[in-house]
Parts: sequence; structure tokens; C-alpha cells
Amino acid sequence: MHLAYPAVLSALLFCTGLYGVLARRNAILVLMSVELMLNAVNLNLVAFDVWLSRTAEDTLHSGQALTLFTIAIAAAEIGIGLAIVLAVHRNRGTADIDRLRDTAEGHESPAADGPDSDTPATGTAAEKAEASA
Amino acid sequence: MTTTTLAVLVPLLPFLGAAAGLLLGHTAPGFVRPLAVLPTLAALVLAAIVAVRQGGDATVTAATELTPTGSVPIELALYIDGFAALVAVLVGLVATCVQIYSTGYLREDPRYPSYAALVSLFTSAMFLVVYSGDLIVLLVGWEVMGICSYFLVGHYWETPEARAASLKAFLVTKLGDVPFLIGLFALATDAGSFRITRVLATVAHGGLDHPTLVALLLLAGVAGKSAQFPLHTWLPDAMAGPTPVSALIHAATMVAAGVYFIARLLPVFEASSAAMVTLAVMAAVTMVGSGLAALAQDDIKRVLAYSTIGQLGYMTGALAVGDRGAAVFHLLSHGAFKALLFLAAGVIIHASGTNSLAAMSRMSHLRDRIPDAYWTMTVALLALAAIPPFSGFFSKESVLGAAEHITAGHTEHAPGATGWIVLVAGLLTALLTAAYATRLWLLAFHGRGTEAPDHGRQPRTMTVVLWVLAVPSLALGGLAYRSLPDWFDGNDLAPTLTTSVLGTGVALAGGLVTYAAWRHLTGLAARVPLGAVAAHPEGDAGLVEAEAIATHAPAYGDTASAPDPADPGRLLLGPLHRHAAVGFHLDAVYRALFVRPVQAGASLVRFLDREVVDTYVQGAGALPRLLGAAVRRAQTGNLQTYVSALLAGTVVLAVAALLVASGA
Repeated sequence: MHLAYPAVLSALLFCTGLYGVLARRNAILVLMSVELMLNAVNLNLVAFDVWLSRTAEDTLHSGQALTLFTIAIAAAEIGIGLAIVLAVHRNRGTADIDRLRDTAEGHESPAADGPDSDTPATGTAAEKAEASA
Repeated sequence: MTTTTLAVLVPLLPFLGAAAGLLLGHTAPGFVRPLAVLPTLAALVLAAIVAVRQGGDATVTAATELTPTGSVPIELALYIDGFAALVAVLVGLVATCVQIYSTGYLREDPRYPSYAALVSLFTSAMFLVVYSGDLIVLLVGWEVMGICSYFLVGHYWETPEARAASLKAFLVTKLGDVPFLIGLFALATDAGSFRITRVLATVAHGGLDHPTLVALLLLAGVAGKSAQFPLHTWLPDAMAGPTPVSALIHAATMVAAGVYFIARLLPVFEASSAAMVTLAVMAAVTMVGSGLAALAQDDIKRVLAYSTIGQLGYMTGALAVGDRGAAVFHLLSHGAFKALLFLAAGVIIHASGTNSLAAMSRMSHLRDRIPDAYWTMTVALLALAAIPPFSGFFSKESVLGAAEHITAGHTEHAPGATGWIVLVAGLLTALLTAAYATRLWLLAFHGRGTEAPDHGRQPRTMTVVLWVLAVPSLALGGLAYRSLPDWFDGNDLAPTLTTSVLGTGVALAGGLVTYAAWRHLTGLAARVPLGAVAAHPEGDAGLVEAEAIATHAPAYGDTASAPDPADPGRLLLGPLHRHAAVGFHLDAVYRALFVRPVQAGASLVRFLDREVVDTYVQGAGALPRLLGAAVRRAQTGNLQTYVSALLAGTVVLAVAALLVASGA
């Protein structure tokens, strides 16, 4: 099989993932897109490893070894990522990335909001309690 | 023990007492009073033993050098001649009396422990000045006294008067101390040593290069410490401190240090006739001016303060005519009767609840309430006015006699002009002294009007010391004028006929004129009611005095004078009264000459700092702040924006790398 097929496939996969990361609003879909990008890289690694071992320049199969690493790390990453998304969803009632802007410049701290904005204040307080727990 | 050991212990004991008092004051209040009184008493006894052993003839000197200090060596040296021995006894006596008196006077004061420790430290510093044979060690004692006076004058620091007075006392004396220090260095450079004996030996051989300059520099420090014109203005204001402190400062310690210093180094001053004339003029202006000012004061303690300035003028006058025996003789007798006057004034203020003579003159039977203070104060005032059998007469006559001696042309030490200046000013001051002493006595004890409040007997500690001090006020002069020359330079101190008749005559005249004026005005006093007394007459004396000082200005419009038309001083001084009451506007002149320029300079510096220097600093910060504000806008909180920026950056870098690699 020519090297161009897996390379093009992985480029397509990567671009799809990149589009998903940049454009999707749901945090879970963003995580899935990240997985797509990782798998595109894995595909690349395996394809080039085969191509290099065929030309006998490299017999260590380091590309395949690296792929195993990436799969393991991706598993851990998706576990933690999903846990965070679940926790945020439980606290905020949403997993919409556009609405999680607490680190923005000019974002008012909950104490300065006053008594009228009660709900976000308690929400952020609970989030802080969660973060410190 | 050797005399040297005893002499070392004299300044050391009160110092240790002060240290122990400061350390134990709060943890062991029971020890405070013994720690205050006993070391001072022991120092008095030791000083007396040293004086007896020294006997006036053999100068005790001892020196040890702790460490080499570079060019001119500084040694811990003792130098005890007859002057030092006797002045130390006086210091010990007055300090002991003041400490005993304070136990009664400030018996309810919460700050008594620190007060007593500071008085002990003050005493110890004065002993150090008296006994020291090294000018730098003397300077240490000199400056410790300065800082102690700052703390003690500001004892009632809750009142603005006391705060201002303590700062003023400190700053004005320091104004003199700076030239004093330079003068000491100049003297030591010429002599090659700070030891007084070596300095005097150098002077005797004519080894001083600039005697006038050195003498005038030293004179500035002396004028500040001994409250001589033009640096005397701190002393009347220092009355804001407690009365025992006034007694200590005025009688034996602080102000005596300046006179004593000149007496020690008199040959240095005699080497320059310009310095002697300056000294004489300073003494004359001080004497006459303070006499006039004393006649116009309403606060009983301010009268006594101006009187101290005048009597110190006599001492510097005696030094100006080159007779240090007469100066120290007057220092001794003045120390006794002025301490007595202040301590008795403290009793009067406690009993009457006011420090205003105008209010006292509308109070009858005050003398029956406090017979001890009445009789002892009468003795002390007679001594102050130099009426014959009392000690002040003999010491003042020795000063006038010395001046008269110089006018006759025996001018080996001092120019003849100084004799005339001192003699004329001295006689004029004798008149004024008798006048204000009579005025004080008549107004305080012979008032008419409502009866003085009865608070029962004064504490025994406060009345006994009055009688202890009355003995030297009464008898010191008459008993001692024959034997004192053995202790001093050997000059005759006996009164001469001319000056005795003249001095006593003008004193009697002053007293009689004041009495006549008082009789003339006595009906007027009843018609003009005046008088405010302290709010807590049952409190201890210190509290009553603090309240009296604090209420004087609100009640009478001024701290120094009261609008009392029945005041004989007002009649005698005529139009001069207005100026004399404020000390001849010297404070206003200083305010215009020094205080205002300093304040203007300070506000200029403040303006330069706030408006000019800070502008540059803030300008330097402005650009980064603007940049920061621009960059902060990029932080939206949206993750996807960040990742987009990351991607864009990566693409740009990759394209750039490709372009570089392809050589475009």
C-alpha cells in the first residue's frame, strides 16, 4: 500500500478533529475531537513506521512503541476529561464551552456581585469548594 | 575603699537604679520606690565622703583607656577638685530630696516607675558630668541629660503644652550642642587630648590656635544647656513638666551643667577677651530680661523659671569676670534655695488647685493650710532676694564683689568693661529679683477673698524635704563663705562693704516698691473676680498640677499671663508688661526666623517629592500599564479562542520555517 493513502487519511482525520475542537460547543464533543486528532497521529506513526522498517533504515519499530504510549495516555486523558465534564455539568447544569468563561479578564468575582446575583454566586462557590476538595 | 572607687560608684549607683527601675517597674511595683530613693541617697552619702576625703586641696585624678580610638585618645577619666566634690554633694542632695518628694507628689501616677527611673538616670548623668575628667565622657553625660529632660518635661504627654515643651527643650538645647561638639573637637585637636588636665596645660602654655573661635563655639552649647540668652526660651516652657522635675532641672542638674562646664574650662575662655565680653553681655541681657519677664508672669512656676534664668545670669556674670569661685558658690546656694522654691510651689499648687498667681491672690488663708510651704518658701524667697543673713546674700555679694574688683582695674583675667557690665546689670537684677520675689510672696500667701479649699495635710514626704532644703538656704552662705575659698581657687568670697550696701539697698527698694504697689491695688482685686481651680482637688499633686497647667490657657487666654488689673507687676512694668509677659517676643522672632523657613522648606520638599519626583515614577509605570490593558483584552475565557490563536501561531511558524528552509 502506498504511503499516500494512510497519510491523506490521517490528515483528513486530524482536520476533522481540529474543526471539532475549534467549532463544537459541547465539551464532550470537543473531547471526542481531541481523540480523533490523537488517532490521526497514531495512524501516521504506524504508517511511517512500516514504511521506514520496509526500507530497513529502522528496525526498532519505535513508531509502533510510541503509538502504544499515545493510546495509554489518551485513555487516561479521556477518563480525567470526562470526569471534569461530568463535574462541571453537575455543578452548572451545562457543558457548553462558550458559557464557561470564568477566567476571562473583567470577570467579576462572586463577592462583588451583590445580593441580586445569588445563583451564580452560589454556583461559583460550590465550584470552588469542589476544586479545593 | 579608695576615694577613686567611691567616686566611680557615685554616678554608677543611680544608673544601676535607673536600669533596675526600668526593668522591674511593671513586674515588681513594690521595689520601685526603694529603687528610686536608695541609690540616689547612697550616691549622696558617697559624694559627701568623697568631698570630705578630697578636702579641697588634693585633686583626685584617675584615668583608664578602654580602647585605642584613633587620633585623639578617649579615656574614662576622673578629675575631682574642690568644685567637683562640692557640686556633686549638691546634686546628690537635691536629687535625693526630689526623689523623696516625688514618692508623695506622684503617688497615684501610673507612669511613676519610668518617671523615677528617668530621674535617677538624669542624676547619674549629672554626676558623670561633674566627675568626668575627659571631655567626651562629659559630653555623654551632657547628652543623656538632654534626652532625659525631653522625657521628663513631656511626662504629661497627653497635653499638647507638654509635648510642645519637651520637643522645644530638646531642639533648642541641641541647637547649642552642635557648635559645642565642634568646639570640643577643635579644642582637642589643639591640645592633642580630651583630658581636661591636658587641655588646661595646653592653654596655660598658650597652645590654642583659635581661642576665640573655640570659646564661642563652646559658649553656644553652654547657652543652650544653661538657658542663657538667646537660647533660654525652652526653660519657661519646660514648666509643663511635673514640679519635682522642674526642681531637679533648675536647681542642680541640667542648667547647672553649663555653668559648671565653663568653671572647669575657664582658662580656655580667659584666653580670649572677646569671649569674656560676649559672656558678660550674654549674662547682662539674660539677667535683666529675665527679671522683667519674671515680674509679668502669672504661672507661679514660670516666675521661678525666669528667676532661674536670671540667677544663672549671675553665675555666667561671675565667670565673665574670671571668678569661678563666686560662680560655683552661687551655683551651690542657688541650687539649694531654688530646689526649695520649686518643691514648695508644688505644694502650693496642690493645695490651691491652681498654678495662677491671680487666682491665688483671691484666696485667703492659703498660708494656714500649708504652713510648712509658707515658712520654707519665705526663707527661700529671702535667699533669692539676697537679704543679708540668708545664703543668697553671700553668694550674690561674692559675684558683685568680683565684678567690682575687676572694675577697679585688676584686669589679669578679664577686660575691665566686663566688670562694669556685670556690676550694673547685677545691681539692676537685684532690684528686679527682690520685686518679683515680693510679688510672688504677697500674691500667693496674702490673698483676700474666698477661703482656700482644705484638702487636709500634705503628704509628709513632701513637707519634710522642704525643711531639709531650708537649712542650706538659710545658713549655707553665712557658714561657708570663709571656708569655701580653700575648696576653690582661693579668691576671697567675703562680701565687700560697697556692694553689700548697694545690693541690699536696691533689693529692699525693690521689695518696698512692690509692697506699695500691692497695697495700692489691693482693693481692686476683690472687684475683678478671677480664678479657676483644678477639677479633681482630691487627686494626687501631680494630677492637680497637670490639670492646672492644661486649664491655664483656656481660663486666662494665655499660658504665661492673666488679665489681672490687680497685679502689682502690671503697675510696676507699665507698658512693658505686655512684652515682658511673652518673654519680649523672642518666641515670635524665632518663629519668624527659624520655624517658618523650616516649615516653608518642608512644604517645598513635599511639593517636589509629590509633584515632580512622583510624576516621573508614575510616568514610567504608565506605558506598561497601557500595554497590559491591551493584552488583557485577549483573555476572553473561551478555550476555543486560545486554541485558534495557538493554531494560527503554529501555521505562521511552519510557513516561516518552510520559507527559510526553501531559501526564499
